[in-house]
Amino acid sequence: MHRYFLRRLAGAIPTLFIIITLAFFLMRLTPGGPFDQEQALPPEIVANLERAYGLDRPVWVQYGRYLAALAHGDFGPSFKYKDFSVTELIAQGFPVTCELGVIALALALLIGIPLGIVASLHHRSPIDEVAMALAVVGITVPTFVVLPLLGLVFGVHLHWLPVAGWEPKSLRHLVLPVTALTLPPLAYVSRMTRGSLLETMRSPYIRTAFAKGLPLHVVIMRHAMRPALLPVAGYLPPAVASILTGSLVVESIAGLPGIGRYLVQGALNRDYTLVMGMVILYSALLIAMGLIVDLLYAWLDPRIRFET
Amino acid sequence: MSRGRGLRSNPAAITSCVVVAAYVLLALLGPSFSPNDIQTLDWNNVATAPALSGSHWFGTDRLGRDLYARTLEGMRTSLSVGLVGSLISLAVGIAFGAVSGYVGGRTDRLMMRFIEVLSGLPLIFFVILLTVIFGHGRHFLFVAIGAVGWLSMARIVRGQALSIRRRDYIEAAVASGAGAARIIVKHVVPNLMGPVIVYAALTVPQIIMFESFLSFLGLGEQEPHASLGTLIAEGAGEIETAAWILWIPCTILAALLLSLNIIGDGLREALDLKDHPRS
Repeated sequence: MHRYFLRRLAGAIPTLFIIITLAFFLMRLTPGGPFDQEQALPPEIVANLERAYGLDRPVWVQYGRYLAALAHGDFGPSFKYKDFSVTELIAQGFPVTCELGVIALALALLIGIPLGIVASLHHRSPIDEVAMALAVVGITVPTFVVLPLLGLVFGVHLHWLPVAGWEPKSLRHLVLPVTALTLPPLAYVSRMTRGSLLETMRSPYIRTAFAKGLPLHVVIMRHAMRPALLPVAGYLPPAVASILTGSLVVESIAGLPGIGRYLVQGALNRDYTLVMGMVILYSALLIAMGLIVDLLYAWLDPRIRFET
Repeated sequence: MSRGRGLRSNPAAITSCVVVAAYVLLALLGPSFSPNDIQTLDWNNVATAPALSGSHWFGTDRLGRDLYARTLEGMRTSLSVGLVGSLISLAVGIAFGAVSGYVGGRTDRLMMRFIEVLSGLPLIFFVILLTVIFGHGRHFLFVAIGAVGWLSMARIVRGQALSIRRRDYIEAAVASGAGAARIIVKHVVPNLMGPVIVYAALTVPQIIMFESFLSFLGLGEQEPHASLGTLIAEGAGEIETAAWILWIPCTILAALLLSLNIIGDGLREALDLKDHPRS
């Protein structure tokens, strides 16, 4: 078990390192520098700026400095938000994005898994058909279509909920963004739970459990759920990726002060350090999620736990 | 193969085919029915609602530009990006996957490891990083999109190539002295096209969604050109006052994505190798 996890951890660190390196050198490939403007600056000022940001040193020195700073949690200065470092911007926005994302992921699992169970127990019934048709809609219709339409209906026409805006501790402002954010992963989770539970229920050991005279809910909860949840656990990193991607849209539309909006603004302003820091942060989050999933696998599947 | 029968007995897929065909026709022929183009500013009709009586059938936007013409251009953008993007990922995926699967051994392990690392990355964020570096816009879209689609395509192609490698006709080709490159091009690739085409059909909506996502954020198609993504972004800012700017492109994009997904799923079911074993 420990060896299994350590091996996974050992695989994750080089991946993160490759990502950081790739991001760094991609940035240096850039035609034109970060200080290019419509009006050319005097060369002395450019030289001064470059010295201030360390851009006059050889690339490998810059790379080493960047790595050393990263190790201390320092993503460098933002090129466009002059008074802020990237770390400060992340520290400001991350709690908001995190709150949105955690609620959306929790809802996707808490609603999606039971929905999938119900659909698979009523296989080919109207309940199943309707649930799966809705799942297709949830998967295909993108967040940036769903959220404005929700705002149009529940905000503008019905006046039930605010379309945009943000107040700390205000749940009303979260309802629409979280709904839009949770729909795609929810649809995936329910479809996956249904599919894998259907397959598990056909296994011989489930037939044995029924033959012993166990009632349906015991068979499902005690015997079928664990193996059926394996693919759902495997879907967690993509689910987090989907929520992070969705948060770019949701935060931009609803005007929430999270890191997703900073990333979009940074990309529009060509703020290299900001975008790079965000990409590294997102990658690290996804890799961490992958490690958590490895632990979940070990818990769900004893064959992995006892493998040496 | 029973592809035709499988799809013909699927009413949802048939409807979707009709929808997509209508989209193609509308995107290509639609502009000739309307006197307006995508960028003329009609100052007498700023942000007017859709009306079948006037000349602005889908209404106009804040600048008085005709939304019928702009929406059709958005549809053309979506359809062409979807087509070109999936062709790119098809070509790259086939080249990579066929070599990896046919050559096998250590080469295969290395190439697959490469794919594994890449698909672990948040590619969308890397594409955004690339837009920062190379600038936004139309040409960049194709690069970005090709970069995203080919990974799973290569995996599928490799799986097919692995099983084809053990067929008798490959052995015969080897025995008659054909080299690896010739065998891959002449024998492996043509025989794995069936399932791969189905998969390509499934990547089309993914790519269209990705393009409109980038355009929505302002990182894809740029003014004065329109994409369904930019139109939706424009509409999202006007929902209090001019809802049609939002719901028309939203409906069009959602219906297109749904239809394409239903067709892809239908094709996959119709061609499912488990249901129709090929001899």
